[in-house]
Amino acid sequence: MLKTLLCGTALLALTAGAAHAQVSNNVIKIGVMNDRSGIYADLAGEGSAIAARLAAEEFGGKVAGAPIEIVVADHQNKADIAANTAREWIDAGNVDVIADVPNSAAALAVQGITKDKKRIFLMSGPGSTDLSGKSCSPYGFQWTYDNYAMAAGTARALVEQGKKNWYFITADYAFGHSLEDETSKMVKQLDGKVAGNVRHPLGNADFSSYLLQAQASKADVIGLANAGGDATNAVKQASEFGITQSGQSLAGLLLFISDVNALGLQAAQGLLLTTGFYWDTDEQTREWTKKFEAKAGRKPTMVQAGVYSAVRHYLKAVEAVGSDDPDKVAAKMRETKVEDMFTKNGKIAANGRMFHDMYLAQVKTPAESKAPWDYYKIVKTIPAEQAFLDPAKSGCPLVK
Amino acid sequence: MFDLLGVPPQVLFGQLLLGLINGSFYALLSLGLAVIFGMLNVINFAHGALYMIGAFVAWLLLTKLGLGYWWALGLSPLIVGLLGVVLEKTMLSRLYKLDHLYGLLLTFGLALIMEGAFRHFYGVSGQPYPIPDALKGGQNLGFMFLPNYRGWVVVASLIVCFGTWFAIERTRLGAYLRAATENPVLVQAFGINVPVMITATYGFGVALAGLAGVLAAPIYQVSPLMGTNLIIVVFAVVVIGGMGSILGAIVTGLGLGLLEGLTKVFYPEASNIVVFVVMAIVLLIKPAGLFGRER
Repeated sequence: MLKTLLCGTALLALTAGAAHAQVSNNVIKIGVMNDRSGIYADLAGEGSAIAARLAAEEFGGKVAGAPIEIVVADHQNKADIAANTAREWIDAGNVDVIADVPNSAAALAVQGITKDKKRIFLMSGPGSTDLSGKSCSPYGFQWTYDNYAMAAGTARALVEQGKKNWYFITADYAFGHSLEDETSKMVKQLDGKVAGNVRHPLGNADFSSYLLQAQASKADVIGLANAGGDATNAVKQASEFGITQSGQSLAGLLLFISDVNALGLQAAQGLLLTTGFYWDTDEQTREWTKKFEAKAGRKPTMVQAGVYSAVRHYLKAVEAVGSDDPDKVAAKMRETKVEDMFTKNGKIAANGRMFHDMYLAQVKTPAESKAPWDYYKIVKTIPAEQAFLDPAKSGCPLVK
Repeated sequence: MFDLLGVPPQVLFGQLLLGLINGSFYALLSLGLAVIFGMLNVINFAHGALYMIGAFVAWLLLTKLGLGYWWALGLSPLIVGLLGVVLEKTMLSRLYKLDHLYGLLLTFGLALIMEGAFRHFYGVSGQPYPIPDALKGGQNLGFMFLPNYRGWVVVASLIVCFGTWFAIERTRLGAYLRAATENPVLVQAFGINVPVMITATYGFGVALAGLAGVLAAPIYQVSPLMGTNLIIVVFAVVVIGGMGSILGAIVTGLGLGLLEGLTKVFYPEASNIVVFVVMAIVLLIKPAGLFGRER
């Protein structure tokens, strides 16, 4: 009897000790890495860090007995800086999970490192489908959107309106190429055609030359396969050159609400776009937005809201497993549904793609907009299966 | 219709005209740099930041005080010029006896501070600035649609460029200025207040940057980053034209704008490096620049 009791106590003591030691270094450290000073700083930047902190606050700043710490870094849109930061964070900084990382080139670099070193990578900012395709990782989760979803939403809507002939103005790096590629595939699949394309350097100011080439192509639609400041400058100058008045449509393939805010409704009105999140969707999104706005001073973009959702889902998995072991946490994340203000019924596929409904939105006219940031009319909800690429076709080796 | 290397002539003319428009921005900015370097021997790295501030002042005048574009066109260069005078009086003037490098480092630091401050308060996405009503719309030139506003930019900057060149090369005041750079002690001995003249020159040079900022505001997003990318190209323009050469800055600015326009048609991926390729070639063949004098 005494023996059993002793054994039991020893076992208890062991498991209790083990449970405590399950969280490495006794802290859950979340590294939010993105562009904090360049053209993507408003759509991600400090706002993404604020979103991650909001998620941590919901857990009272503690999970599985360990405090949650959030660190930030600026990758300046450079893949080498992103890679070095990721290595430093993991090797010397005990970072358990890296979040956000807009700019696909930077994200691809971080994906390689987190895969080798077995750390969870929560991607909200990057759009390249390679991240859940041929460069997928058992620890990498692509959360908010991807280039296929953007193409599927906006391109399908325009082609269905009979606008079948496309011309692309593309940012000349991994993300732009991938966005153009996905959109042309979609356009061709729907019996449209691509009249041509032109590629511009990242961070370009003057788009007149490219717009003129697009105009000369006589295409129905000019697809802007770029983002941030590049996209806003292109839209602004398109209205200056009378592109839309002359009957051509402009499609911003990746426009964020921060871009629409920067353009003003006068220049942006009527644009069709696809988004993974809109703050004014329901009571829950509005409530969360209120908390976010109190700290950030502006409404969240889909990337920032996605960081919140991904970090929250990660922390929930850590809580359920009682450990930060990457393999166990990743498995738990995959088997749990994503349920929060960002999405209902979100599911993570084998390739790391989080499946959730997307929205096709149209930018309101100045007359329709009733309040600051009242920018979008949701034209339709795109069901998750239609919004994202079938994992079996993604080229990800993890999908059997 | 004949095609030139597969490019229809309408497209080519359009691109050349656009190149001229961009070139006139380069000319206006590099002119200010050339004036400052020519007279003060300071490599003014804060030029891009002051250009950005010029645009922001226009935006602030419009949103906070309701003063429109035409007011900004006069007030904004004045405000930026005064800011320049303060910078020169309090900081730059202490460095004239030292190597050029110190002026460059100081102005580079100032540029980072100014841009950082605006980024902190206004974010990076930029602010919209509308085209003034009088210049809305455009002309159909047959080969392209020319927005009235862009036409105005070319005219305005050509007038300012020519006026500056005339004032420095053909007037008595300009002669004093040129003499003061050659031999300040002797000019001072003739009873001319050289320090005041130098301060005024710096103020004028940066006011030109402010003016370029106002002209740019309706075309680009008014953003804290707008000067950073431009300033490197503008420096290349000044180096190609010959440091300190007024005419060199104007002619090279316009010429490189055209060249860049052509590159955007034939090989767009290279459009952001073509200027630097030209710079490397010019430096190898003629180290003082196309219009510069060897000292």
